[in-house]
Amino acid sequence: MTWLSILLSGIVTYFSRMAMIALIDRDMLGSKVKEVLNYVPAAVFPAIIFPGVFFNDFGSIVEFTDPKIYGAIIALLVGFYSRNVIATIVSGLLSYWFIIFFLLK
Amino acid sequence: MLSKSKIFLRGTTDVLPHMLSVIPFGIITGAIGVEFGFDPLLVYATSLIIFGGASQIIFMQLLSGGASSLVAITSVGVINSRHLLYGAVLSEYLEKLSLFKKLIISYFIVDQGFAESNKYLKENNSQMNLHYHVLGGGITLWFFWQISTLSGIILGSFIPEELGLKFAIPLTFLAIIVNDLRKLDHVFVMLASGFASLILFDAPFKSYIILSPIVALIAAFMMLRFKR
Repeated sequence: MTWLSILLSGIVTYFSRMAMIALIDRDMLGSKVKEVLNYVPAAVFPAIIFPGVFFNDFGSIVEFTDPKIYGAIIALLVGFYSRNVIATIVSGLLSYWFIIFFLLK
Repeated sequence: MLSKSKIFLRGTTDVLPHMLSVIPFGIITGAIGVEFGFDPLLVYATSLIIFGGASQIIFMQLLSGGASSLVAITSVGVINSRHLLYGAVLSEYLEKLSLFKKLIISYFIVDQGFAESNKYLKENNSQMNLHYHVLGGGITLWFFWQISTLSGIILGSFIPEELGLKFAIPLTFLAIIVNDLRKLDHVFVMLASGFASLILFDAPFKSYIILSPIVALIAAFMMLRFKR
């Protein structure tokens, strides 16, 4: 039963990856839709970032003193000026660790 | 004109920085599956067959918590439906490929690979063989995901939980979009998506992951109309 669920979940996931690439003709999308599609990264990724920063493991909203918020702000500033993926992630993690291991101890 | 292997390699190097979050997340995913009490083979099968981090964890969490298969499968479908948007964006660059190649490439489309390929394809859209970038990034992410979830399954969660490495996930996605903060229209769409996700967080089946982008894209559509 679990195997069947994995298989069906895999099929559903593969379909979502494949459908727009293999089944839909690009000409079916109007110019307005194509223009809106420019914003897909801006529309998708904040929906992963915001909950990851502003919610805790139990799904309730964190206080504004939460270390994750400050780690994210540092990462945002470093990323904005460095334009570098590694610098963004590492600065966010290091500042987060600095807060939880040194400032809050 | 860049050779196919150069473009493939560029795809690989473009996604490598994201391994900072992909590898720990993979280890956690593998370890959690075993902790939930699933057969190790079954846990690994989710990496191979579903191949989508967050959806694999939710899937196993729901089943181990006694949810019905239908609920688990629906949740995976809802969480992963964002790939429809990635496909719609990438289709512009992949439309000339044979159906067979499209079907193969599709399996390797994941968040970080999409984001990096999208950037590269936009800047190099006069080049030939751009799909090698999608493949290079996708296969690299796939490879590291398989290895890291396998290590998590075999070795358990050898990453101390106190490190809070889950925080690397929002950071990796922040790194993807941070450059677009220079464009006000993108900032507007990001804020729409972010606030929508906070409001919709408790919607059933984790549907905030697809509902928030839809809200943000509608906001983008209205913004474009106002601009004219």
